[in-house]
Amino acid sequence: MAEVINSRKACSVSPLKMSQPIGGALALMGVHGCMPVLHGSQGCTAFGLVLFVRHFREMIPLQTTAMNEVTTILGGMENIEQALLNIAQRAKPQIVGICSTGLTETKGDDIVGYLKLIRQRRPELAELPVVYVSTPDFKGAFQDGWAKTVAQIVEELVEPGAARIDDQINLLAGSHLSPGDLEEIRQIVESFGLRPILLPDLSGSLDGHIPEDFTPTTLGGTRLEEIRRMGASRATIALGEQMRGAALALEMKTGVPHLLVDRLMGLRSVDRFLHLLAELSGRPVPQVYRRQRSQLVDAMLDGHFFFGGVKVAIGAEPDLLQNVGHWLAELGCELKAAVSTTESIVFADLPVERVCIGDLEDLEQEALGCQLLLTHSHGRQMAARLQIPFYRIGIPIFDRLGAAHQVLVGYRGSRSFLFEVANRLIAAREEEEGAHWPGRGPHEEAARACQCQEEDQRTG
Amino acid sequence: MSNLSEKVQAVFQEPGCAKNRAKSEKERKKGCTKQLQPGAAAGGCAFDGAKIALQPITDVVHLVHGPIACEGNSWDNRGSKSSDSHLYRMGFTTDIQEMDVVYGGEKRLFRAIQEAIDRYDPPAVFVYQTCVPALIGDDIDAVCQAARKQFGRPIVPVQSPGFAGSKNLGNKLAGEALLDHVIGTEEPAYTTPCDVNIVGEYNLAGELWQVKPLLDHLGIRILACISGNAKYHEIASCHRAKATMLVCSKAMINIARKMEERYGIPFFEGSFYGISDMSDALRNMARLLVGRGAPEELLSQTELLIRREEQRAWEKLKVYQKRLAGKRVLLITGGVKSWSVVSALQEVGMEIVGTSVKKSTDEDKERIKKLMGDEAHMIEEMTPREIYRMLKEARADIMLSGGRSQFVALKAMMPWLDINQERHHAYAGYEGMVALVAEIDRALHNPVWQEVRLPAPWQEG
Repeated sequence: MAEVINSRKACSVSPLKMSQPIGGALALMGVHGCMPVLHGSQGCTAFGLVLFVRHFREMIPLQTTAMNEVTTILGGMENIEQALLNIAQRAKPQIVGICSTGLTETKGDDIVGYLKLIRQRRPELAELPVVYVSTPDFKGAFQDGWAKTVAQIVEELVEPGAARIDDQINLLAGSHLSPGDLEEIRQIVESFGLRPILLPDLSGSLDGHIPEDFTPTTLGGTRLEEIRRMGASRATIALGEQMRGAALALEMKTGVPHLLVDRLMGLRSVDRFLHLLAELSGRPVPQVYRRQRSQLVDAMLDGHFFFGGVKVAIGAEPDLLQNVGHWLAELGCELKAAVSTTESIVFADLPVERVCIGDLEDLEQEALGCQLLLTHSHGRQMAARLQIPFYRIGIPIFDRLGAAHQVLVGYRGSRSFLFEVANRLIAAREEEEGAHWPGRGPHEEAARACQCQEEDQRTG
Repeated sequence: MSNLSEKVQAVFQEPGCAKNRAKSEKERKKGCTKQLQPGAAAGGCAFDGAKIALQPITDVVHLVHGPIACEGNSWDNRGSKSSDSHLYRMGFTTDIQEMDVVYGGEKRLFRAIQEAIDRYDPPAVFVYQTCVPALIGDDIDAVCQAARKQFGRPIVPVQSPGFAGSKNLGNKLAGEALLDHVIGTEEPAYTTPCDVNIVGEYNLAGELWQVKPLLDHLGIRILACISGNAKYHEIASCHRAKATMLVCSKAMINIARKMEERYGIPFFEGSFYGISDMSDALRNMARLLVGRGAPEELLSQTELLIRREEQRAWEKLKVYQKRLAGKRVLLITGGVKSWSVVSALQEVGMEIVGTSVKKSTDEDKERIKKLMGDEAHMIEEMTPREIYRMLKEARADIMLSGGRSQFVALKAMMPWLDINQERHHAYAGYEGMVALVAEIDRALHNPVWQEVRLPAPWQEG
């Protein structure tokens, strides 16, 4: 349905997009005992680090090979070797992940070759698992880096299983799922008596728990032995279109069949997911979710008054755009403006006239006349200019607390999203109505607002 | 590239820098920064430094020539405030793609400059060079020159590819760009005998505005601040100032010194943090101005103002002195703050158990020695794990640092305060000092610390 337009500008203004390498690095942070490394100038790492620190409000393990002018020209083998030695000695990781950057890709460093030579030269590194992913900054976006990295982890580490473990399920998580989302999904899957292995599992590492001791590597996340065991699972569920590649790679390698669950927001999508789990496990849907489903239906009935016909602008990575866009459309919103960061097939059936692959400036131009904006924190300037309610989704969210725990998936997540967005629309309407009442004092104003709410409660 | 290496060499040879003077010819060639350790490095690159230094110029387009990473991952993340234009808060980048890497990105850059001018009509465009276009040989100087001819306004190339070196080097490269292309290209509408420049102040959280009323009161005009809340025209015409104050220990020493060399503007180094430092800054400013022909009474007026403001500040601080006396602070920052904040906190009777000197110059270290009596409290390098242990063992009551290391303190259930670029509170001037102490007090005495340290009732031991 949606036509895809590539922004033809030479100058990207107020970028929506982030780069591939840090998408890859974040995926690596969902693996336990890992030290992600960016092979490039140290600024690449510093920027990624600050971005994630502000979003997750957590320590972020991320290192750099600290390339300079000379090493770039001569090739970065020694830097990679030094980095691995230093990291192995100081951080003692169980696994190291290396993502390349635009600089080293332009030079054309042959990292696979380097790693072979380094392992020969340095017996102390021979046993250290190293996953290398090619993620040039000048191609694709955050989500692509994440997807490539997960596929690479699967390629490198999963071992073909000898015997099938009947209740074990692989869940490959896309970058659009927060630690809170993953927690919710894990609970749902476990309630069917299945034992899920999540990869990458940010809910273990970046969920904001207080660790017993201090480690420089990731703490929590998918364990190495779990990743190796994925080849023995009964099935793989790819959560998000971006995980299709990784799921296919896993199937090619181990024969574990895969299914794609690209949407987990909204009644229909969650219904499908639970039905699938029921079939996989041979168990009925647990009572708790039947109840949650009817709560969501009720919330939709209560909420539809506020969503019907509301024009919406969304700026997000493809898989997140797909989830949020469809759910809002199902609630009666009209998607008027949609901007994303990279090519994807999920745009095809998105209920919007066109999807622009561009920046927030493009979104702002398309969003004229919209009554609601959803994008990451960088949209705050634009929301202020347009004077419309703003709901933050995606990464980075640096000016509000709880980004890591924002749950959008499942019946519960869909319901809380519905309420929060509806409440913003209601508040905006109240403000607007207040603005059209000239000559009222502040006290009358407050009293009227109370009345309004009471009326809403009576009618809603 | 030759241009860049010349620039880098020029910065390394900077005679105003005490560090450089102490080096042999051969050492100087090697450069300012220690060779970074792969796998054990932290901190930004030269581009990061250049962007930080110039980004606060409010009314120009800051166009980053490079792939999405450099701008897309980092824009809109500093709390530098503006009283006028908000153009500087938008991110502009050429977002170069694979084809540009193969065929060169110069045409795209030219078109991007044109688009930015068409849509936002800024008085100038700053173009930042990053790693990838530098490696493939995009000549941004030539593109900027062509664009300047075409569009009839200043297009300023900033040579700052990340691989050139550290964040501090980037600060200086930004300074070089201003010296080469901006400073002295325009004239101020009028001048006064009390015109000053402030160099190395970024108006974070609006700190400049805490100092400006004091200067206004004395009739001192800030001709240009480089670069907090600055407009392009102010910087272009700042060569007519009578004196320069250099904040921030060494990031922009090259601007202050070269302006002295070229235009005879004397400079002094000072800080707005802490009561006595603030007073010294005002005194020095008045002294330099009077030396260049400002009326004599400026000196006595300054003393009057200082006396009044100090009295007022101490009045306000009295409340906290009792509450904070003897509290131990761990200070993990660098450069100028490693000593200026120390003296400020000592003034209210707090004890500094350690201050990091990783980014401090020799002069900074001398100052710390003077303040703290010995070197025992200087921390050259401390791993997060060591800091964590130190806090866990309660060898400090509060940690002050930049945002990135906050979790070391928080996870150890220890109070923490942000004193770097992402903070939301202004700590400059007399008022700022009171604000800083009030914030420390608020952090230390929050009952939440008792709450979070409660063990769960089912916990053993």
